[in-house]
Amino acid sequence: MPVRTGNSRAIQTGFSLWRDIRRNWGLYLLLAPAVVLLILFIYRPMYGVVLAFKDYTPSRGIMGSPWAGLKYFERFFNSYQFASTIRNTITLSLYAITVTFPLPIIMALYINQMRAKSFRKVFQVVTYLPHFISTVVLVGLLLLVLSPSAGIAGNLAKLFGTEPVNLVSIPKAFSHLYVWSDVWQHTGWDSIIYLAALSAVDPSLYEAASVDGASKFQKLRYIDLPMLIPTMITLLILRSGNIMNIGFEKTYLMQNSLNMPFSEVISTYVYKLGLLNAQYSLSAAVSLFNNVINFGLLVMVNQISKRVGNNSLW
Amino acid sequence: MKSKLRGSGSDIAFNVILYGVSGIILLLMAYPMWFILIASFSDPSAVSNGRVWFWPADFTLLGYREIFKRGDILIAYRNTIAYVAAGTFIGLTVNLSAAYALSRRDLVGRKAITLFFVFTMFFNGGLIPTYLNIQRFNLLNTFTVMVLPFSVMVYHVIVARTFFSTSLPGGLLDAARIDGCGNLRFFFTMVLPLSKAVIAVIALWTAVDHWNSYFNALIYLQRAPELHPLQLILRSILVVNQASTMWGGDAVAIQTQKIADMLKYSIIIVSTLPIMMLYPFLQKHFNQGVMLGAIKE
Repeated sequence: MPVRTGNSRAIQTGFSLWRDIRRNWGLYLLLAPAVVLLILFIYRPMYGVVLAFKDYTPSRGIMGSPWAGLKYFERFFNSYQFASTIRNTITLSLYAITVTFPLPIIMALYINQMRAKSFRKVFQVVTYLPHFISTVVLVGLLLLVLSPSAGIAGNLAKLFGTEPVNLVSIPKAFSHLYVWSDVWQHTGWDSIIYLAALSAVDPSLYEAASVDGASKFQKLRYIDLPMLIPTMITLLILRSGNIMNIGFEKTYLMQNSLNMPFSEVISTYVYKLGLLNAQYSLSAAVSLFNNVINFGLLVMVNQISKRVGNNSLW
Repeated sequence: MKSKLRGSGSDIAFNVILYGVSGIILLLMAYPMWFILIASFSDPSAVSNGRVWFWPADFTLLGYREIFKRGDILIAYRNTIAYVAAGTFIGLTVNLSAAYALSRRDLVGRKAITLFFVFTMFFNGGLIPTYLNIQRFNLLNTFTVMVLPFSVMVYHVIVARTFFSTSLPGGLLDAARIDGCGNLRFFFTMVLPLSKAVIAVIALWTAVDHWNSYFNALIYLQRAPELHPLQLILRSILVVNQASTMWGGDAVAIQTQKIADMLKYSIIIVSTLPIMMLYPFLQKHFNQGVMLGAIKE
């Protein structure tokens, strides 16, 4: 999380400021590689967003290409993909958040109840492991497991004597497969951060609650859950800054000709427009539009949580 | 559970449900992975006939043998190992040194520089400008593009910074200063040896990232198939090939399809097992890192 500690010393006299800088030249040297890389490869392309306002042709370069005003934004807003990509992006993202945000919390509360040490350890290792599977392998695994001819889905269908259904080819199933495979892969891992918060609970609180005759569920509700709220808020703010950034990697891999009406999101659309169809300016306009909305959402949610709970990212 | 009979009736019921549900979750988590493992050792026709449930049927190593026949897989494996090695080294160097500098309260401009880093987590130029920028530097289709330009991981910097500012013994710096030890020497000879825990965390995260990523290769290595990492080859085997259908009843085609199916299972195992095997031993370090990320300074 970003720092909040101001450097009050820096406000002192110019003399001590200069002395501090000179004395710590080594620190600036340590910072240099990262700062240079960020400037060259992250900040430098930011001026490339002007692409979105230009008729870009590779031969004339970004600066040499003529201005196009808002032409490409208008073209995007008027295209038939506009409504569907925005709708897909938002619904997929909101669906993902509503499911994948609370589950790790429940999982952490749950693991925290396990008193049998070795069982708990096995449980944690098994639920954390899928986190390390790459996106490519996860999607491959999903396709194999759900395959009606060879997968677990096919096996179960044969066992119950029903006709196997190929979920992958049902367009409407896309969002469910996307979200629930995410649950399978990351819930365990995402619970670690909450478990850490729970381990900070003072055991005497539980004892006091027991003396007062509190049930396990009451302890969970009134001792454990409140411990998690600061972490919950921070993570929720971070997530809200990414509402429009539904992951390119997994969506792109899961796309097929059947589910396209439901699986085309902004990031995959930008990729296809820009890198596959070489419509650089239009692609840049779409992604700038997306970036601005995202950033706006983040600032907004952060502002709300600052007002409500004195909790801010910066 | 040890035989503690102190609990009330409702507590016992609570435990029965707790461990019962855990068992179901364990099964749901582990079975898909187990299925891929046993299917990779089974004959494809046994798999498609539904005879593979808990143990390999008609044991075979055909799929694994196929991997070694494919030159592109072996090259991609080698490439990935090279990216992991170089990427982890560069990532550690760049991110740890920046993190240490940012952890120092006497760094003038600390707040502004931190903001300079954090801003990139939420805003970037977008795919096309970033691509054109890489093109300008003549880095398309090179080894370098995979390990250098995007090696600054702001989240890693934040985690390491938190470690440095909370775990280093206070007074160490003052003592070193009295001895005339400069910042650079202090960092390399005092800080790093005391920071093995965070070095392990960042190294593991970076290595896993490089092992698993395919996005950069997809975008920046379009015309350099000889540089493709394992994940990109996996994509063509596991995902793209999925759409291809069997041609007629041709015996050769059936055989080819059979081998392609075998390969899918075995390649998943071969590409994922190294990390999976490593994880249980390194669990402590991984978890520690996540917890450091949760501390707010």
